[in-house]
Amino acid sequence: MDIWNFLEYGAWALSVVFGAFLLIDLIRVDTTYDNDLLTSSREGEIEATQERHTI
Amino acid sequence: MANITTDAAKPERLQLLRVLGPAHVWALGVGIVLVGEYMGWNFAVGKGGMIAGLVACWVAGLLYTCVAMIDSEVTSTVAAAGGQYAQAKHIVGPLMAFNVGLFLVMAYTMLEAANAITVGFLLDTVAGMTGHSGLHQQPFIVLAIMFLAWLNYRGVLATLTFNLVIVAVAFTAICVLFFAIQFGASDVPLDFSAVTEEPLPYGWLGIVAALHFGLWYYLGIEGTCQAAEEVRSPARSLPYGTMAGIMTLLIAATLTWYMCSGLIPWEYLGQAGTPLFDAARVTGSVWLMVLLFIGTIFATLASANGCINDASRAWFSMGRDRYLPSWFGAVHPVYRTPYRSIVFLVPIALIFALGAPLDQVVTFSILSGLLGYTFMTFNMVMFRRKWPLDTIKRGYVHPFHPLPTIILLILCSTAFFAVFLGYGTQLIAMMCFYIVASLWFHFRRYQYVRRGDQFTMPWPRPQGY
Repeated sequence: MDIWNFLEYGAWALSVVFGAFLLIDLIRVDTTYDNDLLTSSREGEIEATQERHTI
Repeated sequence: MANITTDAAKPERLQLLRVLGPAHVWALGVGIVLVGEYMGWNFAVGKGGMIAGLVACWVAGLLYTCVAMIDSEVTSTVAAAGGQYAQAKHIVGPLMAFNVGLFLVMAYTMLEAANAITVGFLLDTVAGMTGHSGLHQQPFIVLAIMFLAWLNYRGVLATLTFNLVIVAVAFTAICVLFFAIQFGASDVPLDFSAVTEEPLPYGWLGIVAALHFGLWYYLGIEGTCQAAEEVRSPARSLPYGTMAGIMTLLIAATLTWYMCSGLIPWEYLGQAGTPLFDAARVTGSVWLMVLLFIGTIFATLASANGCINDASRAWFSMGRDRYLPSWFGAVHPVYRTPYRSIVFLVPIALIFALGAPLDQVVTFSILSGLLGYTFMTFNMVMFRRKWPLDTIKRGYVHPFHPLPTIILLILCSTAFFAVFLGYGTQLIAMMCFYIVASLWFHFRRYQYVRRGDQFTMPWPRPQGY
């Protein structure tokens, strides 16, 4: 066992931590908020009010 | 509930945050690309010699300058996540938009996988230099993807500020190497004798074959468009960031060719895994070697980071328009990122990073990118015809239209031929994939699309309609 072996285990452990965060947070958000709110984004809404394409 | 858009007259909506400036746009575009200076471009030298490598560098530079100019004009008006996908939707039509969306997602996800593979390879190289043989690359490949996906999940400002810092370091490393060599820090002098002794070892066809790898110098600069919905002033920031990005890359590409071709014999350079790092090793300076290793790692991470950002925005936009299941069109209520798209694309990147050879992954990415550039040519012509300059406001108007479009189309055709010479089977397989996907979209998926909702830009009626 040298430092590279420890780094390999460390990399696996950190990968699990980041992966777990992603999954747990995704599930938490999906179960806390209404799906209609989460998917309420509309393209160009801000554009329509702030940057009108007029000459 | 934090940071949710509220308005008495409108229902509650979650939108992506407009927090980015021109520097972030620059970091996104250059970040995706700069890894191509650190590795990959040099196979052009192997295909056709030193002169072919330089011609490929500048011809591809011309191709991407056309891409940057065309993209800057169209994106300065279509300020929506999805970039070229949103452009295609408004200017060409739904089937083209679906294909362009797929080109983007495949190009960026494959490039992300290739970058993760490269991180593993680099660490294996360093482990070998320190006497450790047989490093397991998989944990580092997985960690690179998971960490960057986590960063992207947590917010776009932190993600692209991180990119800005590491891209600046990686670009500075190239400049430092150049000045160090110019001021005599190298043990080995620059030697360009091969330019006169063996100018074109494989003839003119070598130049055409080299063009395939010349694309690596700039592949991905068009990714700046994906930030359109998250920059504070799209009409100003996107053209500034994109044009500054292509200028940075033209300088970096030329410096890279000059240093590597002068320090490393072309026969070796044409096969090197990490040419800039190898050039630093040839100088005999330990601090230059360390600096260029850091630059290589940073460039690789910046590229993967930008790719996750861009692929998720394209996937998110297609979900939001119901070109894909609308589940993907969700925005995180706190971080304001397309969180479901980011998470969904992680296993796909992992599968390719852990299970596919690097050259196949990169070729698939390049081919998808080339298809996207070909789309830009007729997209630009249609844009100017349907909405001439005096009908809608543009943040940037590119000069000499339609010359850049014609040049881009000619160069794309040449690049397709160059890729066909080396990877004809992959080219045909990929075309079959996109044809099958198009049939699925046309016969199965399009019935779910809300046709009236997808055209969001407040433009006048196009001319001729």
